[in-house]
Amino acid sequence: MILEAKDVVIKYGDLVAVAGVSVALKPGEISSIIGPNGAGKSTLLRALNGYLPIADGTVKLNDQPIDRFSRRTIGRHIAVVAQEAELRFPITVLEFVMGGRYAWATNAAWGWETQRDLQIVEDVLAETELTNLSGRLMNQLSGGERQRAVLARALATEAPILLLDEPTANLDLSHQSSLLAVVRARCDKQKVAALFVTHDINLAAQFADVVLLMRGGRAVESGRPANVLRPDVLEQIFGVRVLVDAHPISGAPRVTPVHTQ
Amino acid sequence: MTSSVLNPAGVTKNRATFRRTIVTCAVLLLVLLGVIVSTALIGSERLPTAATLCAVVSFGRSGCGLTADQFDILFQIRVPRILLAAAVGGSLATAGASYQALLRNPLAEPYLLGISNGAAVGTMTALVFLGAYEWSRPLLAFAGALIATFAVYRLARGRAGATPERLILAGVIVTTFLSSVIVFVTTMMDVTRIRSFTFWLLGDLSSTSETLLPVSIIIAIAGTLLLTANARSLNLLMLGERDAFDLGVEVGRVRITVFLIASLLVGSSVAASGSVGYVGLVVPHLVRLSLGSDNRLTIPAAAIGGALFVIIADSVARTVIAPRELPVGAITALIGAPLFIYLLKRS
Repeated sequence: MILEAKDVVIKYGDLVAVAGVSVALKPGEISSIIGPNGAGKSTLLRALNGYLPIADGTVKLNDQPIDRFSRRTIGRHIAVVAQEAELRFPITVLEFVMGGRYAWATNAAWGWETQRDLQIVEDVLAETELTNLSGRLMNQLSGGERQRAVLARALATEAPILLLDEPTANLDLSHQSSLLAVVRARCDKQKVAALFVTHDINLAAQFADVVLLMRGGRAVESGRPANVLRPDVLEQIFGVRVLVDAHPISGAPRVTPVHTQ
Repeated sequence: MTSSVLNPAGVTKNRATFRRTIVTCAVLLLVLLGVIVSTALIGSERLPTAATLCAVVSFGRSGCGLTADQFDILFQIRVPRILLAAAVGGSLATAGASYQALLRNPLAEPYLLGISNGAAVGTMTALVFLGAYEWSRPLLAFAGALIATFAVYRLARGRAGATPERLILAGVIVTTFLSSVIVFVTTMMDVTRIRSFTFWLLGDLSSTSETLLPVSIIIAIAGTLLLTANARSLNLLMLGERDAFDLGVEVGRVRITVFLIASLLVGSSVAASGSVGYVGLVVPHLVRLSLGSDNRLTIPAAAIGGALFVIIADSVARTVIAPRELPVGAITALIGAPLFIYLLKRS
């Protein structure tokens, strides 16, 4: 199961948001896109599952252009974890996560969940440590717990490709790494391919196998974190002097901005 | 309401299931049947209890000792009116529940959003220009409701879905605009018709046409079934169009389908009985409060609940100042408006 974007161009009207970027997701691999605001990271991510139309280039799922597939099929292969929209109706965590099984319903409209659906949801709730909260209403949870529920729902789709748009924004320290640790475990065990967009360079350095640096809609560099996260490149992208050393425990590159007065 | 009793061992309890839905709807249907039969006894004209019950239960096949006049009152006036109330209530409640899911807002209601007014303008146009053709009324009402629906949708749409503010604003704009159109057309009518027409506009179930009543009932039932068939998609749309898209919902197709069916339901109700307001607000809200937000259960339950609500409201409307009648819309508004204020404060 490969998702591949080649020379993708995305426009908002006349504004070019992404100008010819390529990215390839492989099973078991976590990729990350880093860049300043307005670099086009989230825009690119949104085109990868067909939500945004592309003006040029190709997005291929299993070597087939993505617009050949039905929404339901895409939903079975690609899952998205994004900022959760405002909930105005009372819904329990369980019902929320069960929404992830929609694409697998044989009769998606009236179709009720099968025993297998329930089992998968139970497993996913255990994986994200939400079992004890499954009966609570979503708006009774903290921000971190809700984001875990969004991840749980994406995992419930059993999609082999996971796209995460700023999954750790608004999360406190304890939840940031635990969320990505769940993703890492999935990728290792079930060969899921994941891509996450983030502002947190160090999180990317720690969890990603491949890092893509973007600026102004263009790809600047792409490769392993140790190779790509260099002071000169980062300065070019973020306009800030940085210090890059190795994290004393994990050995991953550690980026520290240098603010000169 | 899905309780907050946590049960780690039985994580999958407290959700809508096929069995729970069937059982709930069966119970509600029995209640509805009971209410239909008992409200047949209520009215400005007193009918003998036992004989009336006997006649109703036998579907009018047996006179059961009622006089010819009493029989006529029962089966030409009262029962058709009760059935129309059921059809109108069911249609409006289901449409309301669907609009709320689609616009992602518990305050979305056909009357408040001006969709009923759109249907009223359609009906009036049919009355004034195509008066001879009875069928033109629900058809043009449907068209009017559809146009109003799209107007509200486009006006209320924002990045975050229809926020309460945008939605109410859109509703106010559409409602007031269409109200002016209604006033304009009304002034073009002759004086004798104006009074009865104004009464109708406020929700009047007394003029039940013999041909249109079956149409209203069929549309109410068919509409509810079709919307229930889309209920699972609506569950996801309720959480956000983008999320629904990501999870595999054909957002555009479901949206158009639901808008069409909901507009048809509103159109057929308004064509038959004018604007009965707040039904689409009160009933879905109470249903969600007691049964949860899963539309596979909420929509059919709202249909039956709406039927009950309007039947009872109409019984009040035709007895409280007997022998004169209040428009049923007045009763539903008396109940619904305070609830609307309460919901607004909570949102």
